[in-house]
Amino acid sequence: MNWEVVIGLETHVQLSTRSKIFSNASTQFGAPPNTQASVIDLALPGTLPVLNRGAVERAIRFGLSIGGTINTRSIFARKNYFYPDLPKGYQISQYEIPIVQGGKIPIDSPTRGQIEIQLTRAHLEEDAGKSLHEDFQGMSGIDLNRAGTPLLEIVSEPVMRSAAEAVAYAKALHKRVVEEIEICDGNMQEGSFRCDANVSVRRPGAPLGTRREIKNLNSFRFLQQAIEYEIKWQIETLEDGGKIQQATVLFDPDKGETRMMRTKEDAHDYRYFPDPDLLPVMISEEWIEQVRQSLPEKLDKQRERLLEYKIPVQQVEQLTASRSISSSALTLLKGSTDKEASLLVNWLLGPISSKLKQESIEFDQLDTKLPRDSLKTLAARVAEGSISNSAAGSIVLPAMWAGEGTADEIIEKKGLKQISDSGAIEKIIDEVIATHAQLVADYRNGKEKAFNALVGQIMKARRNANPTQVNAILKTKLR
Amino acid sequence: MFDKSVAELSRALLSKQISAVELARIYLDRIEQHRALNAFLDVRPDVTLGQAKAADARIARGDATPLTGVPIAHKDIFVTRDFASTASSRMLQGYMSPFDATIVENLAGAGMVTLGKLNCDEFAMGSSNENSHYGNVLNPWDKNAVPGGSSGGSAAAVAARIAPAATATDTGGSIREPAAFSGVTGIKPTYGRASRWGMIAFASSLDQAGVMTCSAEDAALLFNGMLGFDPKDSTSVERAAEDYTRDLRSDVKGLRIGVPAEFFDAGLQPDVEKAVREALAEYARLGANLVDISLPNAALGIPVYYVIAPAECSSNLSRFDGIRYGHRAERYADLDDMIKKSRAEGFGPEPQRRILIGTYVLSHGYYDAYYIQAQKVRRIIADEFQQAFRACDVIAGPVTTSVAFGFGEKAADPVAMYLSDLYTIPGSLAGIPAMSLPCGFGAHNRPVGLQLMANYFEEAKLLGVAHRYQEATDWHRRMPPGI
Repeated sequence: MNWEVVIGLETHVQLSTRSKIFSNASTQFGAPPNTQASVIDLALPGTLPVLNRGAVERAIRFGLSIGGTINTRSIFARKNYFYPDLPKGYQISQYEIPIVQGGKIPIDSPTRGQIEIQLTRAHLEEDAGKSLHEDFQGMSGIDLNRAGTPLLEIVSEPVMRSAAEAVAYAKALHKRVVEEIEICDGNMQEGSFRCDANVSVRRPGAPLGTRREIKNLNSFRFLQQAIEYEIKWQIETLEDGGKIQQATVLFDPDKGETRMMRTKEDAHDYRYFPDPDLLPVMISEEWIEQVRQSLPEKLDKQRERLLEYKIPVQQVEQLTASRSISSSALTLLKGSTDKEASLLVNWLLGPISSKLKQESIEFDQLDTKLPRDSLKTLAARVAEGSISNSAAGSIVLPAMWAGEGTADEIIEKKGLKQISDSGAIEKIIDEVIATHAQLVADYRNGKEKAFNALVGQIMKARRNANPTQVNAILKTKLR
Repeated sequence: MFDKSVAELSRALLSKQISAVELARIYLDRIEQHRALNAFLDVRPDVTLGQAKAADARIARGDATPLTGVPIAHKDIFVTRDFASTASSRMLQGYMSPFDATIVENLAGAGMVTLGKLNCDEFAMGSSNENSHYGNVLNPWDKNAVPGGSSGGSAAAVAARIAPAATATDTGGSIREPAAFSGVTGIKPTYGRASRWGMIAFASSLDQAGVMTCSAEDAALLFNGMLGFDPKDSTSVERAAEDYTRDLRSDVKGLRIGVPAEFFDAGLQPDVEKAVREALAEYARLGANLVDISLPNAALGIPVYYVIAPAECSSNLSRFDGIRYGHRAERYADLDDMIKKSRAEGFGPEPQRRILIGTYVLSHGYYDAYYIQAQKVRRIIADEFQQAFRACDVIAGPVTTSVAFGFGEKAADPVAMYLSDLYTIPGSLAGIPAMSLPCGFGAHNRPVGLQLMANYFEEAKLLGVAHRYQEATDWHRRMPPGI
C-alpha cells in the first residue's frame, strides 16, 4: 500500500538588523552572556518596546520578493507563557494580522521538477533568550543576549511531498533571504535560520492525516534525516494499526530519531491579544514602493545579462553563486566590450577572488581596493594591445592592489607600454635579421624553431614590443 | 511656608526669600511629623538635600525654571534610581531601578527636588489604598476614612501639605477619586501626553500619569515641566510642546458645560450631589451655560474596564516571576514551583484576583465574548463623548458617588469597591483629560470633588476652567484640621 507524505515548514529567519526588534541592544552573536541585554530585554519594571524600523523594512523586502501581499496595517500581539528565558512572560509576535500574506518560492524538486511552493504568511516576532543547563550543577543559567532578536517566521503551505523536496525548499528559501535579498546572514550553526517541520502521512486522496511538528532543525542534513525518520515512524505506526497523536517532537541527531516533547493536550493556551504598548504597524504605499525600488535584481536576470557579454556558462555559474559577486561583476562590466568583459571576469574569478579571500574583504568592498574605473582602464589597455595580458595580471594588478596608483600611472611608471609603432618594430626586426644570419638561414631551410628564436631575440631587444605585431612583421620580412 | 502653592514657592525661591535646601528641610520635617499618615514609603534626606543644593546652585547661576527648587514626591509606581521602587508590593520590596521614569527625569530636569516615594495601592490596583503591602494611608481630613486610591499617598501628602505637589497615575480613576476623597486638585492628561516609560505598568492602554496639587494653576505649572513626546514610549503622542498655563486667565462666560444625566443617577449620595450642584451653580453665576447631555453607555464602563484592565494586567505582571529581580520564594521543588510560589507570595490578593480575571477573559473560547466585546463597548463609550462634545465645551459632574468611606467598609466586597470608579472610568476608557477639584464637604465633613472633563488635548482649557472656579471659591485652600 502506498502513502502520501505531506510536509509544511515554518522557518525562523533571523533578520540582519544591527539592533534588536524592540530595543537598541546589539544583535551580534557570541558576546559573553547577558552583556547584550538592555533593560527592555531584561523586562525590568517600567520598560516599553519600540519597534525597529529596519526589521519591518526587511519583512517588506521579503514580502515583495516572493510576490506576497504586504499588509499596510498589521498588529503585534502578546503570546503569553512562562519560561525562564522569556523575560516578559510573553513573546511579542504577530498573530491575527501578519505583515506578509501569500507569495511563493520556486524550487527544483528532485521528484517533481520545477514547482512553486505556496507560502501562507510571514510575520515578525522577537526571539527568546537561551537556557543553559549543562554548565550549572542543579541549576539553570539564563543568557538573554538573544532575547529580542528580530525574527521573520515564514510559514509554507503543507504542499511538500518528500524530505528531499522540503530540503530543496529550505535551500531555495535560504538562498533567497541570504543571497538574493540579504535580510539574513544565514548562519545555521548560530541559529540564524531554523526550521520546524510539520509532517503527516495519508492514503492518496484521503483527508490530511494527523501531523507531528519537529522543532528547531538547524541544518539541511538534520532536516532531511528528521523528516525521513518521522515519515518512516508514522507509516510503521499506522501500518501496525496504531494512531498518530498530534504532538511536538524533537530530533536527536546522535540517535537519528525524533522524540516526543509534548502532545496537544498539554499545549499552552497562549492567550493572544493585541499588545497595548505598540501601535498597529502602518506601512504606506510609498514605503513599499521605496523598498521595491531598492530590491536587487533576481539572480536569473543577472545570469542572462552576464551571458550577453559572451562569458562562458561555467564562469557565469561561478559568478552567480553569490549575489555580491554577480552584482559587483555586473557593475564592473557595464559598458565593456566582450573582450574586456572576458578579461575582467578572468581577473575577478582568479587573482582578485583569491586576494579578497586572503584579506577577508567582501566582494562589494572591491572598489575600495581596486577602483572600478582603473580596473576597466586596465582591461581596455590589454584589449587595445597597449600592454600584454600577462603584464596586466602579474605586474599592474598587484601594484594597483598595493595602492601604487591608477592602471595608467603604473603602466607608465613601470614602462610596460607595448611598442605597437610598426616603424619602430620594423627597425628592431631589421637589426635582429642583420645580426642573426644563421637563424634566418635555418628558418628559410624549414626549421620552424628558428622563427621562435628570432622572436625571442627581438623581444629581448625591446621587451615592450607588441608580440602579435612582431610575429606578423617578421613573417612578411622573412618571406 | 508649607501652606504655599507651587506658584508661590516658585516666586519665593526665585526671589531668594528661601533656599531650596531650607524648603526641603521644612517638608522633610513635616513628613517626619506626619509619619502616622503612612503616605511615604521611602524618604532619603541625603538624596533630597543633595538635589536641593543643586537647585540652589542653579538658581544662583540664573538658569532656573519656575519649578527649580520646588519639592515634589512621586507615586511609587514610577521607577527611580535614588529611591526604592516597589509599586507598594512585596514583589518589589527594596527594588532599585537602574533608570528613572521619563516623568521623574523631566521634573528633575526642570530642577524639582524629590522628597521621596509615595504609598499607593499595590500595582495601582484599588480605590482606597487598602491594597498596599506597606499598610493603609490615612485620610488627613478624617483618620477613619480612606484617602482613596490607588494614588492615596499622593492625595494624602498634598492634602496634609507634607508635599506641595505629587505625581500620580490614573488607570480608571486613580488620580481623581483620591483627589476627591482627600480634598485636593488632581488631573490626568489625554492618553499619550505623559510618557509611560518607567511607569510600572498595570493596564497599558489606560495608564496615564498626572499630578496632585493644591490648585489648577499648580497643575498647569507641573504639566509644563512634565508632559511631552517621548520616543521611548510608542503610545506617546508626537505634538509640539504647549504652555498649559495659557488659559489660566480665560473667562468662562458663554462656556458650555455639559452635565450628563447618567452621572446624577440614584446611586449618587445627596451630600455629594448637593456640593456638585452648588459648584455648577457657581459656574452659572460666573457666566457659563449649563447644558444637559447624555452618555447613555457610561455605566457599562465598569464591566468593560474590569475586562480590559485585568486582561492587560495579567500579561503585564507576568514579568514578575522571581527569576531576574523581585521576590523569590525560599523553598521550591522545581522551576514551575519557583515561579508559582514566588508569585503567590509576592502578589497581594487584589493583583492575584485581577490576574485571574484577566487570564480567564483572555482564554481560548472566552476572548471574543469578553475581551473583543469589551473593546467594542469601549469604542462606543469614546464615541459618545465625541457626540457630547459637539454640544458642550467641557463636561462636569461628581467624581464619586459618596465621600470617602471608612477603612474596611468595602474591603470585603470587591464589586462594591469597583463601583467607586463608576464616574471616573468612562473618561479613562475614552482617554480624555479629566480632573477633580475640591468643591465642598459632605457627610462627616469629608471633602467632595467636582469632576471636569474636556476633549482630547484640551488640558489647557480644562485647567483654565478649573482655575476660574478656584479664583471664585476657596475650597481648594481649606486645610485638614490639625495639620
